[in-house]
Amino acid sequence: MAKDVMIVTEIWNDAFRKISLEALSEGRRLADELGSSLTAVVLGDAVEAHAKTLAEYGADTILMAQDPGLKTFRPCEYENVVAGIIGDQAPGIVIFGATRQGRELSACVAARLNAGLAVECTGFALEEERLVATRFMYGGKVIATVDIDGDIQMASIRPNVFEVTKADGAGKLESVAVDLGEVNVTLIEEKIEMSAKAELTEADYIVSGGRGMESDDFSVLEELADVLGGAVGASRNAVDLGWRPQSDQVGQTGKVVSPKLYIACGISGAMQHVAGMSTSNVIVAINNDPDALIFRAADYCIVDDLFEVVPAITAELKK
Amino acid sequence: MNIIVLMKQVPDTEAPVEIAASKDRLDDEDIKWAINPYDEFALEEALLIKEAGDDVTVTVITVGPDRVSEAIRVAYAMGVDNAIHINDEYDDEAYGAADAYTTAKIIAKVLEDTPHDLIIAGNRAVDDDNYQVPAFIAKQCNLPMIALVTKQTIEGSEITCEQSIDGGTAVVKASLPAIITANKGLNEPRYPAFRAIMKAKKKKVDERELDEIGFDPETLGAAGAKVKIRSLEFPPERAEGKRIEGSSPAEKAAELVKLLREEANVI
Ligand SMILES: Cc1cc2nc3c(=O)[nH]c(=O)nc-3n(C[C@H](O)[C@H](O)[C@H](O)COP(=O)(O)OP(=O)(O)OC[C@H]3O[C@@H](n4cnc5c(N)ncnc54)[C@H](O)[C@@H]3O)c2cc1C
Ligand SMILES: Nc1ncnc2c1ncn2[C@@H]1O[C@H](COP(=O)(O)O)[C@@H](O)[C@H]1O
Repeated sequence: MAKDVMIVTEIWNDAFRKISLEALSEGRRLADELGSSLTAVVLGDAVEAHAKTLAEYGADTILMAQDPGLKTFRPCEYENVVAGIIGDQAPGIVIFGATRQGRELSACVAARLNAGLAVECTGFALEEERLVATRFMYGGKVIATVDIDGDIQMASIRPNVFEVTKADGAGKLESVAVDLGEVNVTLIEEKIEMSAKAELTEADYIVSGGRGMESDDFSVLEELADVLGGAVGASRNAVDLGWRPQSDQVGQTGKVVSPKLYIACGISGAMQHVAGMSTSNVIVAINNDPDALIFRAADYCIVDDLFEVVPAITAELKK
Repeated sequence: MNIIVLMKQVPDTEAPVEIAASKDRLDDEDIKWAINPYDEFALEEALLIKEAGDDVTVTVITVGPDRVSEAIRVAYAMGVDNAIHINDEYDDEAYGAADAYTTAKIIAKVLEDTPHDLIIAGNRAVDDDNYQVPAFIAKQCNLPMIALVTKQTIEGSEITCEQSIDGGTAVVKASLPAIITANKGLNEPRYPAFRAIMKAKKKKVDERELDEIGFDPETLGAAGAKVKIRSLEFPPERAEGKRIEGSSPAEKAAELVKLLREEANVI
């Protein structure tokens, strides 16, 4: 029989990240096709209340690793625990969300288990019970189809690509014994600000500003993002000018995002920026220069002053 | 102190790419190459440590084909002391399409006899976007790894780093030798003058072939990779964008919202 599919989930701000549900939904589809079962792994301090809900997304078994030392993401501890679980359960496929945490954790676990890991995948197929993945390379310029070698095929998924679908899973809750294991990096201090707003890479809607914003006053963009229920991003110039934090930067040396809708305001459209947003579902560009490169990447183009257009869009949406 | 910088040469983002006839790699011919931007941060940080301390040696390690010598010259012009180039030129099919696992295996092997107190890598290579090579090296060499570093201080045999985490920053420490990965925000890389790059042509590069360092090429590259590229293709081209006309910003806004609702179905 085909081996199980395992999803390593992530809790953030007291809820599962949307990407964990996306991964579970895709995992369910794969497990059904394989005729195998779907296991979700949940790590944290006390996770049972959350963990239970995963049955609704198709999890047959929900493994809880609970320990105060797992309250926030610690790479060594998480790696030890996840590698242990994979060792015990021997799944055939393990999928993570390609978040800040998921990327590091998946890489450490793959290295530990000497497994192949395809990062930020956007599609999966099964061929003779083996996972075949598609993923972007070269800043979104090329799509690769890749085979993943070995007994354990590991992959992470790009946020906002796979649909969340509800499904009935057996939802058997199990606690696993936690051994945090050997740790060679010590945490001294953590500064985390929880925000009710969607994290940039997970947001369905992103309104980004560039040097065309002229100052650190991004309020027109924030208002539009609020109406859409999205997040505000920035170009590198806006970040380097100190107008926005580094964590808002979209592009090659910032975050790669693929929201449903990306609205670029006062951004010229340099390739390094486009590399971070070209796989967005729909792209709108607002720029007062009719020849701006950003219009080549956009589906809808408005040549006008952003300070007039953006508030008008917000007003229109509020109607 | 010996600092190693892991540097990869990648296609310049601004240049278009072509897919090779074999479909499993890019056509190398007309590509313009550059140092991976995150590795520029890594190089700069190593040089800042060197300039602030006594007796610091900075060695670049890079795995790649012949063309990588160009990137090495830039690194020399920036100020590194030594460069080790493991040449995996792929005339031979077996050498192509390396993945994180095979690349890390090569680098880990070289590290066996290259003194290292601190290894600085980039957070990711912007060509394959793997985010993996440093983790594989950390594991193979049994080193602590600190990812996405935006600030570091070394005291005695300990390194303390500020790193980007979800929702903020963390401060962590580890004993040296360790490997850290550079995030944007760590520093502003210097750009060497053209003349300095030309002068760097004279610098000696420690170039090694795979078999010289004890590898059977058959176990590396595409043959040894755990993630094997089957084929590359271009994503479907986006249709040309629609220009939204209107006599006022309000009219344009209304038209856009209508299109987003009715045509694109995204809101
Ligand atoms: C190694 C490397 C990595 C990089 N990584 C990134 C990255 O990750 N992300 C990134 O974004 N960039 C990155 N860059 C920088 C990139 O090349 C561009 O310089 C940058 O994206 C430009 O930012 P911008 O569009 O905000 O500014 P500009 O290029 O100055 O563009 C401002 C735009 O605003 C428009 N404008 C001005 N006023 C108005 C108005 N009132 N209404 C409407 N439009 C207006 C102008 O017409 C112009 O098009 C990188 C560069 C390098 C070399
Ligand atoms: N071929 C290579 N030669 C030297 N260093 C590399 C190579 N590939 C990756 N690295 C290092 O590993 C980092 C992460 O790369 P990757 O895991 O490919 O995204 C890069 O920023 C480099 O520092």
